[in-house]
Amino acid sequence: MSTTIADTLVLARRGVMRIVRAPDLLLAFTVQPIMFVLLFVYVFGGAIETPGFEYVDFLMPGILVQTLSFGGFATALGLAEDLKKGLIDRFRSLPMSRAAVLTGRTLADVATNALSIAVMLIVGVIAGFSFDAPLTHILLGILLLLCFGYAFSWFFAFIGLSSSSPEAAQSLGFILIFPLSFISSAFVPVDSMPAVLQAFAEVNPFTIVIDAMRSLFLGIPAGNNVWGAFAWSIGIAVVFAFLAVAKYKRAVVR
Amino acid sequence: MTGAENLEMVGRLYHLPKGEPRARAAELLERFDLSEAADRTVDTYSGGMRRRLDLAAALVARPPILFLDEPTTGLDPRSRIGLWETIEGRVAQGTTVLLTTQYLDEADRLADSISVIDHGRVIAQGSSDELKDQVGGERLDVTLESKEQAETAIAALAPIAAEPPAMSDGLLRMPIEQRSGAIAEAVRRLGEAGVGIDDIAISRPTLDDVFLTLTGHAAEDEDENEGEER
Repeated sequence: MSTTIADTLVLARRGVMRIVRAPDLLLAFTVQPIMFVLLFVYVFGGAIETPGFEYVDFLMPGILVQTLSFGGFATALGLAEDLKKGLIDRFRSLPMSRAAVLTGRTLADVATNALSIAVMLIVGVIAGFSFDAPLTHILLGILLLLCFGYAFSWFFAFIGLSSSSPEAAQSLGFILIFPLSFISSAFVPVDSMPAVLQAFAEVNPFTIVIDAMRSLFLGIPAGNNVWGAFAWSIGIAVVFAFLAVAKYKRAVVR
Repeated sequence: MTGAENLEMVGRLYHLPKGEPRARAAELLERFDLSEAADRTVDTYSGGMRRRLDLAAALVARPPILFLDEPTTGLDPRSRIGLWETIEGRVAQGTTVLLTTQYLDEADRLADSISVIDHGRVIAQGSSDELKDQVGGERLDVTLESKEQAETAIAALAPIAAEPPAMSDGLLRMPIEQRSGAIAEAVRRLGEAGVGIDDIAISRPTLDDVFLTLTGHAAEDEDENEGEER
């Protein structure tokens, strides 16, 4: 167990290092979220009705959740690349924890996700977002974001190990997450959608997590949303961790 | 990551004691002539440098046995010789190396014991000399000035040949019993017969000859020729 943790940290460091060394990759975690915040607040925001909210207040929890769900793509790219270059085989030849290859990658995402959250909150506040909740709730909200992001790192780990190339991994992840994140309460009120989409959006875990974020950041009553959001995050993490590990075991033999 | 970070990471994953991964990385970079490139990212390395870094990574934990799968494929001649010297150095220090290669001259140079594998089967085994002896010993190659004199030359040399000389494309080739004096004797006999000589040399069969003789075809990509070394 202690070697798993030590090896995880060694490989997480490698993952973070890779991003620090390739500043162009860092854009994905900094400039891209800023761009989306500004785009929605100033381009689409004026045309979207959000009764009871300033659009920027409505938007920030949603766009944070969406951005975080994509944060794990570095895991998909990294794993697909390592597989392609035969690095995974090399890791297999070392007397190290097998699990660390996956846990290290996903842990590295937590660092970049934290960076994204910080950057987006700063830009959001500058654009007019204001918290309306006690500090403990705000911190709990940030913890929820990190959990949700971590869960999607496992989703991406599975995608990365299932794809034939890093490019395929990226587009596959995009195709799967993009509709889920848009057909939710992230950018528009759910009741503005056609009935079929509304039904989907209401059970969509994105909606549940986004509504939980709104209650934690904006102080609106949450119902069971906060617990539901954590439960979904943990559930997604467990299911995809299981799938990714199974895939990893097979991927390294092929 | 840089070359140094890569080796350090491998050291950590081997769970070397604290401080050791860094020291070991520096030592290996020095030995593999990569010290100057230690702090450059591996993306900037040439093929030869990457191969050396690969080998360095394999040596981080000082393994008593080293398996190398075609370590010099695609390297330029200089890197190839550099890598050979490194492998020879490891062997001199007591490491057992098992390497596979397509290049028979590589097996010839590095291996103490060679297994020739063709289509998945071991077709010959032994030291380089033993294998070469299987296809015959030393032979004399004579390049004639003029092909028309082939008959005369064969007749002149037949008495000193171990087996009848063979002639192809102006090159006369014949196995000989003993090396010493063979050239002088051949030159004398050919001179007496009035045959002009362009070039004359004694050669040993190469492992390529061995492979060709044993299989009836040249080494192909899917054939692995395995050299084993102690």
